[in-house]
Amino acid sequence: MQTHSLYRKANILYIPALILFLIFVVYPFFSDIRIAFTNWNGFSKHFKYVGLLNFKRLFTDANIGIALVNTLFYGFGSTFFQQVLGLAFALLLNEPFPGRTAARTIIYLPVMISAVIMGYMWTYLVEFDGALNDIVALFGGKPVLWLSNATLAVVVLITINTLQFVGISMIIYLAGLQGIPNMYYEAASIEGAGRRQQFWKITVPLLYPSFVTSVTINLIGGLKLFDVIQALTAGGPGYTTHSLATLIHSTYFGSQNAGFAAAIGALLFVIILIFTILLELVFKGKEVQYT
Amino acid sequence: MKSTESIKRSARVRRTWRIILALFICLLQLVPVYITFTVSVKPQTDMSSKWLIPAKPFWQNYMTALEAGNLLRAFLNTLIITVISTGLVVVLGAASAYPLARNPSRLNKGVKTFILSIMMVPALSLLVPLYVMLVHFHAISTYWGIIPVHVVFNLPLAIFMYANFIETIPQELDEAALIDGCSVYSIFGRIILPLMTPVTVSVMILTSVNAWNDYQYSLYFLQKPAMKVLTLSIASFFGQSGADPHVAAAAALLAILPIMIIYLCLQKYFVKGMVEGAIK
Repeated sequence: MQTHSLYRKANILYIPALILFLIFVVYPFFSDIRIAFTNWNGFSKHFKYVGLLNFKRLFTDANIGIALVNTLFYGFGSTFFQQVLGLAFALLLNEPFPGRTAARTIIYLPVMISAVIMGYMWTYLVEFDGALNDIVALFGGKPVLWLSNATLAVVVLITINTLQFVGISMIIYLAGLQGIPNMYYEAASIEGAGRRQQFWKITVPLLYPSFVTSVTINLIGGLKLFDVIQALTAGGPGYTTHSLATLIHSTYFGSQNAGFAAAIGALLFVIILIFTILLELVFKGKEVQYT
Repeated sequence: MKSTESIKRSARVRRTWRIILALFICLLQLVPVYITFTVSVKPQTDMSSKWLIPAKPFWQNYMTALEAGNLLRAFLNTLIITVISTGLVVVLGAASAYPLARNPSRLNKGVKTFILSIMMVPALSLLVPLYVMLVHFHAISTYWGIIPVHVVFNLPLAIFMYANFIETIPQELDEAALIDGCSVYSIFGRIILPLMTPVTVSVMILTSVNAWNDYQYSLYFLQKPAMKVLTLSIASFFGQSGADPHVAAAAALLAILPIMIIYLCLQKYFVKGMVEGAIK
C-alpha cells in the first residue's frame, strides 16, 4: 500500500524521544556501572578503579542486609494491606448508597498529596505528644515512641504508605467489579447460590486481572519507597529503617561514597527486574474466561 | 419464606451499615489533614491536644509561612516545571506513538520494546550517574536540568497509552486524508491528534501529578534556594531544628491546597486517567 512508505517517513516523529532516552536513561545506566567500579567520593577530580570491591561490599555490609530486608517488608507489607483494604473498600462502594461518590473521592484524595508532605503531616500524629498518643492516653496507656523502635517504625511507615495509596487499589478493583456482567449473579441466584458462594465463585475469579494490575503497581511502588521514610525517619534510628532507595541517598550525600551508592543503585535495579519478571511468570496465563 | 417486608428491612439495615462504615473510612483518611489543620491554627504557646480546634484560630501562621518559606517562589517554580514537563510529554508522547502504532515494521517493534523496557528501570537506581551528568553540564538547579528528567520518566507510559489508542482509530481515515493530498504530518496533526483528546487529558493528569508532587529528583537536582519547588520548601520547614511546627503545618496545607482544589473539581478525569494509566 501507498500508506506504508508514508508511515516510514513518519518514523522521524519518534527520533526526539529516542535521543532523550539515550541521554537520560541508557548513558546513565552504563555510567552507573562504571562509577560502581571506582572509589569516587562524588565531587573530587581524583578517583581510582577498585574492581569489584563495591559489589563485594554489597554482600558483606550489614546495612545493605538491613535495607534489603526492609525494602522487601515495605514492598510486600504495603502490597498485602493495600489488596485487603483496597478490595474491601471497593466491595463497600460497589453498591449504591447516598454519598457513595463523595466517599470514593475522599478515600482517593490522599493519593493526590505528595508522599513527602504526607510523611511530614504524619509527624503530628506519631511524635511523643502527637495525636496518636492522645488516643493511647485515652485508653489509659503510656505514650508510645512510634519511631524509636525499628520494628514499630517500619510498621508505621508501611501503614502510612498503605493508607495514602489504598485509593489506587480501590479504584482498580472498583473498575474490575463494574466490569463483571450482572447476569452471572442473576444466573447464580436462580441456581440457588448464596451471596458468599457468589463472591468466591464469580467475583474473586473475575477480579483476577484487577488483582494482577494492583499487585504489580503496589509491589514495584513499595520496593522503591523513599519519600515517606526520608520525611519521618531518614533511615534512623541508626540504619534500621533504611530502604535501598534511601540508602543510595545517604551513601552518596551523607557518606560521600559515590562508588558504593552506584553499586546499591545497580542492586536496586536488579531487585526490581527480578520482581518484574517473577510477577510476569506467576501471573501469566492464569486469567479465567467465563463465556 | 421471608416476607417482602423483612427483605426490605434487611436491605435497609445493610445500607445503613454501608453508610456508617464508609463515613468511618473517610474520616480515617482525613485524619492527617485534619490534625495538620488544628496544629496550623494554634500559636506555639498552645499545648492543647492536637485533636482540638482552638476557639480562636491563630491564622498568623499562614502569613508567616508565606513570608518565611518564600512559598510563592516555590509555587511558581513548581508550576513552571510541571507545565513544561507535561507539555513536552504530551507532544513527544503523541508524536512517537503515531509511527509506532501505524507502522509495525521490525525496526519499530524493536523501538517499542526498548521503550517498554525503559519503564522497568527504576529512576532511583540512576540518580547517581544522572546527578554527575547534570553537574557536568552545569544543569543542577536549572529548569532545563530537571525538566528532561521528568519528561523521560513519564514518557514511556504516555507513548504506550497513545499507541494503544491510535490502534483503535481506523486506518481508512488516514488513507482518505492521503487521497485528499494531506502529508503524513498533517494527517497526524489535523486528524489523529484531535481524536486523541481523552488520552491527552489522562496523560496530562498523570504527568502533572507526578511532576507536581515529586521530591526525589528535585532533592538531587534543585539545590539553590531560589530554585526550590514546593516539596523541597516544605521539607526544609520540617527539617530545620527549632522551627515552629505550627508554621510548618500551615505551609504544608498551603502546598497541597492547589492540587486538592483541582482534584476536587476534576475528580472524574483524575480517576479515569489513573485507571487508564494503571491498566495500560
